[in-house]
Amino acid sequence: MTLLRHILSKLGWYAAAFAAALALNFFLPRLLPGNPVDTLIGQALRGHASSDTKQRVYETYVREFGLDQNLWSQFLTYIGKTLQGDFGTSFSRYPSDVATMIGDALPWTIALQLPAVLLGWLIGNLVGAVAAYRRGGFDRGVYLSSLFLTAAPYYCLAVLLLYGLAVALPLFPTGGGWSFGNHPEWTAVFAVDAVSHWFLPFLSLLLVFIGGQAIGMRSMAVYEVDADYVRFAESFGLADRKIIGYIFRNGMLPQITGLALAIGTLVGGALLTEIVFSYPGIGTLLYDAILNKDYPVIQAVTLLVLIVVLVANFLVDVLYGLIDPRIRAAERGER
Amino acid sequence: MKALKALPARFHAAAAVFLLIAAAGVIGPLVATAGPGDLLGGPFLPPGPDFLLGTDHLGRSVGVQLVHGIRTSLYIGLLAGVAGTVLGVLIGTLAGYRGGLVDEILMGLTNIMITVPAIIVLLLLSISLDTRSVTVMGICIGAVSWPWTARAVRSQIASLRQREHVDIARLSGSRTWRIIAVELLPYMMSYIVMAFVIQLYGAILAEAALSLLGLGPAGTASLGVMLHWAIAWESIRGGQWWVFLTPTVFITAITFSLLLVQSSLDTVFNPRLRDRKAAR
Repeated sequence: MTLLRHILSKLGWYAAAFAAALALNFFLPRLLPGNPVDTLIGQALRGHASSDTKQRVYETYVREFGLDQNLWSQFLTYIGKTLQGDFGTSFSRYPSDVATMIGDALPWTIALQLPAVLLGWLIGNLVGAVAAYRRGGFDRGVYLSSLFLTAAPYYCLAVLLLYGLAVALPLFPTGGGWSFGNHPEWTAVFAVDAVSHWFLPFLSLLLVFIGGQAIGMRSMAVYEVDADYVRFAESFGLADRKIIGYIFRNGMLPQITGLALAIGTLVGGALLTEIVFSYPGIGTLLYDAILNKDYPVIQAVTLLVLIVVLVANFLVDVLYGLIDPRIRAAERGER
Repeated sequence: MKALKALPARFHAAAAVFLLIAAAGVIGPLVATAGPGDLLGGPFLPPGPDFLLGTDHLGRSVGVQLVHGIRTSLYIGLLAGVAGTVLGVLIGTLAGYRGGLVDEILMGLTNIMITVPAIIVLLLLSISLDTRSVTVMGICIGAVSWPWTARAVRSQIASLRQREHVDIARLSGSRTWRIIAVELLPYMMSYIVMAFVIQLYGAILAEAALSLLGLGPAGTASLGVMLHWAIAWESIRGGQWWVFLTPTVFITAITFSLLLVQSSLDTVFNPRLRDRKAAR
């Protein structure tokens, strides 16, 4: 019962956050001074554009945003269309459907981020727990290199890896999702090609995630290492591996919250990494859309990222309530 | 002074690196004979006696752009860092000290702002703005970065206000702002300093990320803008290492040194992390 209440109250918070995000996504480009649509069209068509293009863009806007209506009914129209999965038509790749473009890019991003996040979380936490327990030189080495990996923004590490392992030492392809002349299909040749392109961006994300998690776990485990149960186990002569296992399990709970709070940063950083490698995912789609002032694509991508981050946060919160009984207790009592 | 000596060696090293880079950003633009946008030589000239750091795809000096870029990035970082810290401390203090409904509302807002990724809000703001001057960018970044500070300050204030000296001040008729300024904030100075360093770090990263996406400040160089052009003109694949390596190295050096400063301050202020040497 209490678990259900925990989930429901979280659901309420996320519904509020989602409403705020949806409103931001819609109103922010419209609330600023000047007629936003004229500004958009002016920016989109600055310089060379045929009158045909101008007319097309203008009609797209009028149709999509229902400009003859007031702001509130425009918002309702927007929500209605969004719920049907209709994100409008791309400006730069007219008449491509925005929903289709996102559908094409999404699998690449998922294939890149999901394994990197999960593996990075596991390896990073293990390394952090071991570092806190061993102390000394190993600890200092892990701490400083993790700090370096998290301090340097994702794309900086990506730039260094790309230059080091693809240009200076040509071990990997220099970017893209597959080789020139190849095209996506379900064959072994293409799979091998795609994996060799996938590896470098994956490695770059993995290293950053390991660093971030190791730092968090280490600072948690520092408190655990001094706990009585560790001293007790040591006096027994228990194997280090066993003790580290206990420390890992105790330090893991706060780390799950850490994962929830970090998801936004992770997704954002990973999208920027794609740009460095010209990887054909959501990040590169967003980058191209910004360069071409393709507003329907930009807004669809921001909405998608907002939804993914909120859903991931919610799932972690539910998971946390499931595995830690103290959380459920706290929901009932004082904060 | 004594506290400064207690800081680990890596604090001094990191602080020195940061101050050196900042000095380059302050002095460099003053002594440079050319502007960051001036076309001075052929495209992609490697480093040599004429151009210490070579030229970019248009023939602009990378070295001149670098010092201007550092200045822009630090200016945006400082502006956003101050704005974010002040907003966070104000909102956190108000929520923690008042409690009740004010607390509920402010913390609800804070939790929503924390859940919605800041980079997305900044992206939406940036595409909506007609002019992206450095000042506007700094204010925008500051306006979305306060929630972390607010949440932490609130929980500290909520526990501090239950201390006896606060009760005494309240009973002796001190005004609310006096209690906050004299009885509460001094206990949090160490925390606020650390929060500011983190805000500065986050703001410099946010500027770089936005600029990398092509939403950087208009009409000037910044470290992120330099990296954006380096990637857009394929200098990595072309092997022109001086073009992309310069902004990459300096962004990393600035953020790494700031994080080191913050973490060594933490070891001094946090007694549990203090002096963990040779326990085993």
